[in-house]
Amino acid sequence: MIRFSLKGMMGRKLRTALTALAVILGVTMVSGTFVLTDSIDKAFDAIFSSVYEGTDATITGRSAFDLSDGSGTTAPPFDESLQPEVAALPDVAAAIGGVAGEAQLVGKNGKAIVFGGAPNLGFSVDPTKPEFNTLTLEQGSWPADGEVVIDVATASKKDLSVGDQIGVQAEGPVEQFKISGLVKFGSVDTIGGATLAGFNLPTAQQLFRKVGKLDQIRVAGKPGVSSSQLVSEIEAILPEGTQVRTGAEQATEDAKGTDEFISFLRYFLLAFGVIALFVGAFVIFNSLSITIAQRTRELATLRTLGASRRQVRFSVIVESLVMGTLASIIGLFLGLALATGLFKLFDAVGFTLPNSGLIFSTRTIIVSLLLGITVTLIASILPAFKATRVPPIAAVREGATIAPGRFARFRTPIAAVITLLGFAGLLWGLFGPDLETTQILLFMILGMVLVFIGVAMLSAPLIPGLTGILGWPGARFGGAAGALARDNARRNPQRTASTAAALMIGLALVTLVATLAGSIVQTFTGAVDKVFVGNYAITAQNNFSPIPIDAAAAAAQAPGVVAVGNVRTGEALVFGSTEFATAVDPGAAKVINLDWVEGSNAVLGELGKDGAFVDEDYAKKHDLKIGSPVEITFANGTTATFTVKGIFDPPSGGSPFGVVTISAEAWDAQTSSPKNLYSFVRMDGGESEANAAALEAALKPFPNAKFATRGQFVTNQISGLKSILNVLYVLLGLSIIVSLFGIINTLVLSVFERTREIGMLRAIGMNRRQTRRMIRHESVITSMIGALIGIVLGVILAGLLIFKIDLIDFSFPTSQVIIFAIAAVLVGVVAAIFPARRAAKLNPLEALHYE
Amino acid sequence: MENGNGSAVVVAQDVTRQYGEGDTRVDALRGVSVDVPSGKLTAVMGPSGSGKSTLMHILAGLDKPTAGSVVVAGKEITTLGDSELTKLRREHIGFVFQFFNLLPMLNAEENILLPLTIAGVKPDRARFDELIRSVGLGDRLRHRPSELSGGQQQRVAIARALVSEPDVVFADEPTGNLDSKTGGEILELLRHAVRDLGQTVVMVTHEARAAAIADRVLFLADGNIVRELSGASAHEIAATVEEISAQ
Repeated sequence: MIRFSLKGMMGRKLRTALTALAVILGVTMVSGTFVLTDSIDKAFDAIFSSVYEGTDATITGRSAFDLSDGSGTTAPPFDESLQPEVAALPDVAAAIGGVAGEAQLVGKNGKAIVFGGAPNLGFSVDPTKPEFNTLTLEQGSWPADGEVVIDVATASKKDLSVGDQIGVQAEGPVEQFKISGLVKFGSVDTIGGATLAGFNLPTAQQLFRKVGKLDQIRVAGKPGVSSSQLVSEIEAILPEGTQVRTGAEQATEDAKGTDEFISFLRYFLLAFGVIALFVGAFVIFNSLSITIAQRTRELATLRTLGASRRQVRFSVIVESLVMGTLASIIGLFLGLALATGLFKLFDAVGFTLPNSGLIFSTRTIIVSLLLGITVTLIASILPAFKATRVPPIAAVREGATIAPGRFARFRTPIAAVITLLGFAGLLWGLFGPDLETTQILLFMILGMVLVFIGVAMLSAPLIPGLTGILGWPGARFGGAAGALARDNARRNPQRTASTAAALMIGLALVTLVATLAGSIVQTFTGAVDKVFVGNYAITAQNNFSPIPIDAAAAAAQAPGVVAVGNVRTGEALVFGSTEFATAVDPGAAKVINLDWVEGSNAVLGELGKDGAFVDEDYAKKHDLKIGSPVEITFANGTTATFTVKGIFDPPSGGSPFGVVTISAEAWDAQTSSPKNLYSFVRMDGGESEANAAALEAALKPFPNAKFATRGQFVTNQISGLKSILNVLYVLLGLSIIVSLFGIINTLVLSVFERTREIGMLRAIGMNRRQTRRMIRHESVITSMIGALIGIVLGVILAGLLIFKIDLIDFSFPTSQVIIFAIAAVLVGVVAAIFPARRAAKLNPLEALHYE
Repeated sequence: MENGNGSAVVVAQDVTRQYGEGDTRVDALRGVSVDVPSGKLTAVMGPSGSGKSTLMHILAGLDKPTAGSVVVAGKEITTLGDSELTKLRREHIGFVFQFFNLLPMLNAEENILLPLTIAGVKPDRARFDELIRSVGLGDRLRHRPSELSGGQQQRVAIARALVSEPDVVFADEPTGNLDSKTGGEILELLRHAVRDLGQTVVMVTHEARAAAIADRVLFLADGNIVRELSGASAHEIAATVEEISAQ
């Protein structure tokens, strides 16, 4: 029986290969994701352990609470007097102090050097103890006063070499340095396209506004002293606000951020692999079902020869097991190629990931094979049972059909129940009380899977009607070919429905994403229009990084400036939990307009040393009124009490403010190197060329800062979302390609099945062009059905999500939907190319001979 | 018919057809010359492997001869490309198949009109009604093939072959898939098409009874025309077949 299965597969090479492609693509994505993220993981591990090689212990500033990356708040530095104390300890061989911060490199043309949104890292280096430096010198020498070392990657991309001048902008305006050498970060050229700059300690302290302070002391113990011994010795003399860790612990701590990033990237990419496999399951199910129907006579012959139902079922399952295994193995290895390609792709878009060789772990092999084979097997179960219903009589009787299964008449009710269960799961996930994030995700994913399966089953009865409508233009203007295509598309509703369903899933997800993004953009634009009443906004070049406050201070001096309102951002501990906190200066009252539940817009300018305002939900949650005290603990450990002076109602689309906002004055007193997220500027005469020129001149020493009109500001803020959106489209494109193969497969099988019919049509006068058109129209009708159902479903799903997230108002993405519909037509046309050519090449003689 | 009774609508000369090369070479036709007279029913008979199907395929432009010439409606067809052959089939040739070959999703009327639909020609309603009457399908036009008996399906197929008023209709074992009574009715219909509608029909068959309705019967054996009878009875034809097979 197994030999028979294998022979059968060999006899149907094309069909098997097309079906296998559906599995291969998904497995490739899964395997590629694992290989990529494992490789990055290992490379980072190597980087961080090499960075702390030779360091037995590190002393760093300790923040009063755990900080998340990129919030603008960093651990406070400590006094440099600690360094000689540590160096004097009996077991310490060496203790090197260092500082770090953001150092924007500025090219010869006065423009900031940025690669994508990658950070610009600055460090102090100690030429006397290079083994303690984060940076590894590749060329030239370590920096003296007025000198800088930069990374090899930036140097080669910007054509800079040792001896050249380069601008550096840290906390203050841009300053000129001479490049004394080129460095690597540990062992790699760059991480994520970040630029690196190294200075000697006094220069770095001055640049980062940390004169007399240190961020870190690296300590080497004397030979024979263990790390833990060293740590406990240091602990004894540590002042408040500092902590000590072993070198290894510090490496792990530093790697935390990248570990989170890698694990996010892993799950993010895996999700798309799994979606592709899910779509692939539909394709496999459909291809197998059609193949079984076409093999009716063959299977019946087997039954007459004495094969039992179990043997028939077994033969189908063995066939798909072999196919699934082969496809998974191919996908597994293609994953290696995909990972290589992704490394190159990330590099090309300026986000260079460290790569010290591809890692092909056992886990990758097991998970990839298991997923691919399981999906194939699950998809083959129903077709395998269908095969058992082939009656032996079909071997001898022309036109005998497979009897419907026991549950066939409950098909629609079952489909309805599955769909309803799916929606129930979704709704419970979205609106159920007290669910954890993982539970929410689980319910939503399960719900979506059920909805997709249920809708796919439910759509079969709709096929004749939908085909009638969507096939109308073809039937009306495509002549006989168009009319026949429409009839062909609806003669087997089940087949058309499951073929379309594969495409439906991809389009539903694409539409979901587009609707969400469109709604976010729409609401955000509305919010900016309402909140931002100034003329210009100042942000970082990359639109989102917090920037040093000196930039806005310089802009405030520009002629014509009436008011500058800065929004500082960071984290603080409020009511026992870490919150996104903001601060404004008095100028904000003239450039920002909020809806106030209590208090008025004037509050923005009257916060003083101890005033605060909070958002409405937060006020309700903590029962805050005007005059209520709010205790805020800052990263440096200081706790101060503020008084609520106003409560505002954030517009849907969000405001630039966190739950609690205090004055910039009070904020800066507790924060090392405070940063602005946005600065809004009001000028005499509003938007004008003269005003733009004035701001341009004022910001010249701060190349990292840029100003934008209101319109540009909105566009800039949305641009990040647009790039994310494009990445999502590309990744979801994978599942659409899988469904494309599904359509090709169905068409090839249908053409094969209708050989005699097509031969007859050719014999009675249909030419090759008409034959191709007939297949193409059928393909386009199928893809349009998938698109229609998918788009409707996507909009519904997006509507549910948006209803849940009250910060967004629903907006229908008309232009995207039109583009998706056109794309679906193209998918249909492309899918038809090969099957249509096969059909057109059929010899009319087949009509007379073929059986 | 514009060709007038008796003039040839299909003329084949020295047609040979070989399949394969070398040791596996099969000579299906070894230099056959034949005229198909207009307005007559010509039957082609012969044991299986005699080349009768191959001959019909070549005469109808479905297959190309290895050598020789075939002229259909005054046009040499052996050198035509696919699109010209398609056009030739549309305008000059009709087909009736053993297994009817109707499209299951179209009703009887749509199946009959299919050649005109494909060619983008508007049917002449009066002529269509006349045709339906003559094939006897009046009340079945809205039925799908699955709702029709074998005989009715073949009537639809014959109407389809006649609807474009071709110069010649090729019928491949038209009764091969029918019981003898129904088969008789179908033969009567073909005879009627020739006699009353002036059609030209070439029919491949292995049934003596079917061949007996022909004006002329050609006997093929081993790729050659070995005998020709005119107006022969089923009995004579059967005897001739016996005789040829015995050789």
